[in-house]
Amino acid sequence: MPADFTPDDLKRILREGAGTDDAVDLDTDILDTAFTALGYESLAMLETFGRIEREYGIDLAEDTLTDDLTPRRLIAVITGQLSGTPAA
Amino acid sequence: MTTGTPAGERTTVVVTGLGVAAPNGLGLDRYWSATLSGDSGIGPLERFAAASYPARLAGEIKGFKAEEQLPGRLLAQTDRMTRLALVSADWALADAGVTPEETADYAMGVITASHSGGFEFGQRELQALWSKGGKYVSAYQSFAWFYAVNSGQISIRHGMRGPSGVVVSDQAGGLDAVAQARRQIRKGTPLVMSGAVDASLCSWGWVAQLAGGGLSTSDEPERAYLPFDADARGYVPGEGGALLVLESAGHARERGAGQIYGEIAGYAATFDPAPHSGREPGLRRAVELALADADTEPDAIDVVFADAAGLPEPDRLEAEAISKVFGPRRVPVTAPKTMTGRLYSGAAPLDLATACLAIRDGVIPPTVNISPADEYELDVVTRARRRPVRSALVLARGHGGFNSAMVVRAVPA
Repeated sequence: MPADFTPDDLKRILREGAGTDDAVDLDTDILDTAFTALGYESLAMLETFGRIEREYGIDLAEDTLTDDLTPRRLIAVITGQLSGTPAA
Repeated sequence: MTTGTPAGERTTVVVTGLGVAAPNGLGLDRYWSATLSGDSGIGPLERFAAASYPARLAGEIKGFKAEEQLPGRLLAQTDRMTRLALVSADWALADAGVTPEETADYAMGVITASHSGGFEFGQRELQALWSKGGKYVSAYQSFAWFYAVNSGQISIRHGMRGPSGVVVSDQAGGLDAVAQARRQIRKGTPLVMSGAVDASLCSWGWVAQLAGGGLSTSDEPERAYLPFDADARGYVPGEGGALLVLESAGHARERGAGQIYGEIAGYAATFDPAPHSGREPGLRRAVELALADADTEPDAIDVVFADAAGLPEPDRLEAEAISKVFGPRRVPVTAPKTMTGRLYSGAAPLDLATACLAIRDGVIPPTVNISPADEYELDVVTRARRRPVRSALVLARGHGGFNSAMVVRAVPA
């Protein structure tokens, strides 16, 4: 299992699983933009979570997915799980 | 039996836009030019390794690059049939000169037919399920395979939120969906996108089609699918279809539609009696009821687009139904689907689109490769025939006893 999870990992998984919207450039600073504002609705996030869970061998709690979830917050949750310390 | 709405509420429903994806031509102009020239899209299956299957020919659409036409978000969640349908819908709207963003959401519906849903997508996800486990199945499998997905995706892409749905009655569904669109327009929705695009040329879809029976096992593309020929030996499946923009004539006029291809003038559907009952199958009745719905006599029909099963018994039944209504060799009959293979629910919408073009250009496209068997007493058009076409009858039959017939008629300018 990979030991860390970077913004680039997230972008790769978003591209592979849910695809990208023409109107959104993932290579700009998206860390603090909510996934919903990036065009990723709940099903896209379900697909994204599934890919992260199986690739990194973790389980993301259902309540991780909130309407205002941002990439920065999701990366913190995943990083916390990978290091064994829950995100604050 | 069903027909259109009762007399008294006869909003004229017209075709104003066409989008076509066919094995012998991707896009309306390429399809029509190939069809008039008799260019077939039937050939050896290349999509998957088909050598060990009993049937090995298909009408495949070549050169379709979905990634050049659709956003990445849609590519991740769509089967091939949906991608073809989305692009065909774009073309139909462009052809009609309709900008959905400028039209009220609830004034536009989407009613398509489907034969089997998104098989290729489903096959990939089922393979993931069996070989790796449930966590590896795409979240989009929840709808990507589904019959109604083409209607849903077209509706979402263009904000068409009026009456929408899907009709599933095998090959007859292509007409049944257009008839349902006509009903909704007559009830007050100004515009409905209708028709069908099917594609299930993957190994799983292929096995399902083989199980249905009737596929040609010939390896000769020019001898494999020969409806109304003494050598009829089954049919070749294909992928594709057509989407049509339908509108009330009033709406088309008010917005200044660039063209009106024709009117959906008549329709009927019947169901066959139980096998071996000795009763006559329902196709003749469907034809007569559709003509009555169109308020048209048989001699006003200039061409019949046949269902053309390509098997001796159903060919005979269709020929009998046509001869009983029109008289032996009294009406030109054609099956351009000999150049595409049978497209399931996509077939009849493609025939409707072809009928619109036949009306526009005054030419009946040919049935290729066949020598009509004398016993059928049909005037089968085997070379493109120039003649005025004002009214066309399209026939479609579905597995299990569905018969549908639809009349497309020129609208005076």
